[in-house]
Amino acid sequence: MADNAVLSINAVTKRFGGVAATDDVSFDVAAGTRTALIGPNGAGKTSLFNLISGVYPVDSGVILLNSIPIQSMPARRRVRAGLARSFQNIRLMPHLSVIENVMLGQHVRVKGVEAAITPLAWQRRNRWRRLAEVSLRDAGIDVDPDADVSTLSYGIRKRIEVVRALMSKPRLLMLDEPAAGLNTRETAELSLFLKSISRGGITLLVVEHDMSFIHDLCEQTVVLNFGRLIYQGPTAGVHDNEEVRAAYLGRRRVNTGGAPTAA
Amino acid sequence: MMSGYLSGIVAILCINLIFAYGLFVPAAAGQINLGGAGFQAIGAYSAAWLSSVALLPTWLTIPAAMLVAGLIGFLISFPVLRTRGVYMVLATFAFGEVVAGFLLRTQFFGGAIGMVVPAHVELPVLVACAVGVSLLTFYLLATRFGLVMRSINDDEAVAILMGVNVRAVQVGAFTIGGAFAGLSGALYAHNFSFVEAQYFNSFLSIYVLLFVLIGGVQTAWGPLIGTVFFTVLPELMRVGGSWRYVAFGAVIVVMMTIRPQGIVTNALVNALSPRRWASKRLAAGALHG
Repeated sequence: MADNAVLSINAVTKRFGGVAATDDVSFDVAAGTRTALIGPNGAGKTSLFNLISGVYPVDSGVILLNSIPIQSMPARRRVRAGLARSFQNIRLMPHLSVIENVMLGQHVRVKGVEAAITPLAWQRRNRWRRLAEVSLRDAGIDVDPDADVSTLSYGIRKRIEVVRALMSKPRLLMLDEPAAGLNTRETAELSLFLKSISRGGITLLVVEHDMSFIHDLCEQTVVLNFGRLIYQGPTAGVHDNEEVRAAYLGRRRVNTGGAPTAA
Repeated sequence: MMSGYLSGIVAILCINLIFAYGLFVPAAAGQINLGGAGFQAIGAYSAAWLSSVALLPTWLTIPAAMLVAGLIGFLISFPVLRTRGVYMVLATFAFGEVVAGFLLRTQFFGGAIGMVVPAHVELPVLVACAVGVSLLTFYLLATRFGLVMRSINDDEAVAILMGVNVRAVQVGAFTIGGAFAGLSGALYAHNFSFVEAQYFNSFLSIYVLLFVLIGGVQTAWGPLIGTVFFTVLPELMRVGGSWRYVAFGAVIVVMMTIRPQGIVTNALVNALSPRRWASKRLAAGALHG
């Protein structure tokens, strides 16, 4: 693996029955970069996210996070090791308020008995609550922190999920289709927000279908097809690759020039 | 001075309330305990034995009974937490039956005859314990531990991916629940001065679990409202004779149908909170001012 890789996937294979969700996949994600993970539906993108975050065990292969093998570590310990993720379908806790959802994301940073027994809900000026409120504001989310999450719009909930993931102060943030279902303005805002996170030193690995969003955000791209890696390199080179065009992009013209590229 | 009838209702209300919180704490973390009467029986018989045989004072028998029930809750949580969903319900139900069967057949604990409990505990102690357990549960739910419990109930898989040690939290919740149920049993023993295994049957487990589920498991208000409602309602319906059981059953079916999430939800508590009213007035003032 490269010396500066935050995440290193080495020959990772996972089979469900006879079907290989990921088949001998290897790639590195360098520190501080923004990498896209693309491919047709069923290519194994979300499966790979689940293998990295520990939802399923790998059949074989090694996953290194900051050079530490994590493939046999319980999922909850991978979070402590610096990994955070969002979900393809929003998975906010439906019966927790906005601020409670965000404070849940702080879980791995809270240490000691005192922090565990402080009645957070009764202390409006608690430092953890303040931290959560500031993070929501920084992400441009202007809602009542005590609001029921189910009353909020899709775009807002999607962003709250990113803020929740950030609360663990991850080294690597994995986002599963963060722009899906967002309108053009929301997508542009999300891109700016993710660039600011990236400037803060967090490495991003993003599953996404919106190619103009990817061109705007990610300098590196990894392409999967039927569980196999078929391309790894600069995002700009994706369109010149025959195999990728055949498997995923097709003949469709993709707008690569319209989106702002200043990071 | 309260009438005997009224003080009897208040006593059972206090005991049921503590018992209900004993089932609520694990339920708030996503575990349904249908063996509650087993834990209550452990508390009741521990207190009865320590009081009548070991001749300990009540200020020792009650905490000791809580400790015993909590410890058994801790130990039993490991096999129980290996099961999921309806199997967990059945496992806890079986546990309750095993405890009742064991007590009924063990001469050491009086067998079918039961045990007389010499030391009596008066109503004010029961009320104080009920208030204490209620406040403690509200406090618990306000802490980060409570936040984590509620998140496990909402989405266990995501809670794990937030770094939560789900197993440890559920063991903790089950242990606290066992201790509360044990406390309710000890108070029952000392207030009624008599324990018999037949009282701690599966109907009791089902009833008190219904108090909790119909009251709602999202906030600590749920068991309070559920217990008051279901302890007072049958008394009010006494005029209806044996038809009251039919009416009672109908009420449960209707409640489960129209409000499966329970009477009290977070959204309801939020809507009724004075803070929310104050901020709404403030917002309205800013708009018009």
